[in-house]
Amino acid sequence: MLDTSSLVPAVSVENVTLNYYTPERETLALANVSLGVQPGEFVAIVGSSGCGKSTLLSLISGLIRPSQGAVSIGGARISAPSPRVGYMFQKDTLLEWRTVLENALIGAELLGLDMKKARMRAEDLLVRYGLGEFLHAFPGQLSGGMRQRAALARTLCPEPDLLLLDEPFSALDYQTRLALSDEIAAILQNEGKTVILVTHDIGEAISMANRVIVMSRRPGRIKEEHAIAFPSFGEDRPTPLEARKCVEFAGYFQTIWDQLDIHQAQ
Amino acid sequence: MSMNFAAAGSAAPTSADTAAPARSPGYRAYLASLRRDTWIVQGWQLGLVALFFALWEIGPRMGWINPMLTSYPSAIAGTLMKMTSDGSLVLHTWVTLKEILVGFAGGMALGTLLAVALWWSPMVYRIADPFIVVLNALPKIALVPIFYIWLGDMASIYAMAIAVSLFVTVLMLFTGFQAIDPDKVRLVRLFGASQVQVLTKIVLPGSVPTMISTLKVNVGLALVGVIVGEFQAAKAGLGYLITYGSQIFQMNLVMTSIFVLAVISTLLFALIQSVEATVLRRYGSGPSGT
Ligand SMILES: Nc1ncnc2c1ncn2[C@@H]1O[C@H](COP(=O)(O)OP(=O)(O)OP(=O)(O)O)[C@@H](O)[C@H]1O
Ligand SMILES: [Mg+2]
Repeated sequence: MLDTSSLVPAVSVENVTLNYYTPERETLALANVSLGVQPGEFVAIVGSSGCGKSTLLSLISGLIRPSQGAVSIGGARISAPSPRVGYMFQKDTLLEWRTVLENALIGAELLGLDMKKARMRAEDLLVRYGLGEFLHAFPGQLSGGMRQRAALARTLCPEPDLLLLDEPFSALDYQTRLALSDEIAAILQNEGKTVILVTHDIGEAISMANRVIVMSRRPGRIKEEHAIAFPSFGEDRPTPLEARKCVEFAGYFQTIWDQLDIHQAQ
Repeated sequence: MSMNFAAAGSAAPTSADTAAPARSPGYRAYLASLRRDTWIVQGWQLGLVALFFALWEIGPRMGWINPMLTSYPSAIAGTLMKMTSDGSLVLHTWVTLKEILVGFAGGMALGTLLAVALWWSPMVYRIADPFIVVLNALPKIALVPIFYIWLGDMASIYAMAIAVSLFVTVLMLFTGFQAIDPDKVRLVRLFGASQVQVLTKIVLPGSVPTMISTLKVNVGLALVGVIVGEFQAAKAGLGYLITYGSQIFQMNLVMTSIFVLAVISTLLFALIQSVEATVLRRYGSGPSGT
């Protein structure tokens, strides 16, 4: 039972189907979805609203269980949330009665980690994200971008090695968004995390990810996959801002745009 | 009304405007008008109180009203002095205050426990829901004689104070619990939180604003419960003084007791408002009106 692969987990979603039941109706949110993510890979998922992207992340996080099929992380089938997985929701869900620092520490608190170390790490993360002056402020006093960074610090504080990001930048204005995605891409690359990013923003997906997955309308299925590479940039991976300037960018954008049939959605 | 000054405030900047503490004439005029409005309101309030007491004092003395029916302020002041010096004021006030505080705390504690139980098990909630609604609608005052027969004089007053506030507390708190953002619950579930931790880390702290609104409602209700309970059962307390005074036709005594009750309820309310102001500061919103 020894895990011989690296410490960073691989994710495997096998033939997963998910139904939501409410008294009014049954919703088939995901139909037969299979997805593999390599250790250290950065995967972006795009798809129209309501196609089941958040549902897929909830399944991988262990918050909900598939109706059929299996989800495993690092080779082990999951049945409950694991501290190895960090999940950032669409909303920042900061707790307004806790200070920024206390918010960042909630994971460590609940997981029973060493609070002294966690506190140092949380402070360090918050300072790095430009929230050094706001450690003891309440979330009500923060701007949207600051709240999002506080939520990121909260997610990263317990040192997860798989990160699930659900439209983490959607609440931000365009410039903050570009700057923050650059920052976050750098942070995640440095720390060698495995990342699954859900976004509506095709440009964001192409510029940040190694691979972009396009989902079909509900019931969500995996429609296409694109390995993203920027040979024109050379050996290294460009930062998101640099990637947007590469010649390959527009081509990927057009292909994925066409596959999303956004004009039908509006 | 304060809008009038918006235009004046945007007048061409003078050199004084660049310094932080300097205020433009428009802004100063606006602030002055705010202060003036406050003075007018407070002036009217004081004036109305003074007028009320003056009429109350003069009316009976001039023979416009029968002093047997209304008493008058100077007589009440006299009664207050006499009762203070013979210690009976402190005695009766303390009895009533103690009943109010115990009933209030008991209603709050029991109500919170029940609300938590309902939140804990949705099935229990579904089963209990219609009963709670009916019990809440039932006029608890009707139970006073029954409580007296079952519980005797002391306990029936506490029971009344609790009964009056209990179901409102349960309904208000439970509604507050249900309004908690489910994503916050999902957040702590991600970190493996147990049901108890969901309660202590999210549901209870997230419901503090609801709890404070409930406190405000309950202060009033506990007072009602205690006084009604005392009407029936008590051998001491302000409610007892009111019934006793009316039986021997001593309006001084009745009015004095009512005056003391008014003071108590004002003080309790002010206390809760100051708690609200300090606690809610961190919840992003200021105190919610009055
Ligand atoms: N708790 C739930 N109960 C019932 N139906 C749900 C629930 N959550 C999601 N659904 C339904 O499942 C489908 C997929 O939802 P999901 O939130 O995964 O979509 P999404 O791709 O994340 O959409 P968006 O881009 O708008 O966030 C939607 O049709 C939604 O109405
Ligand atoms: Mg979503």
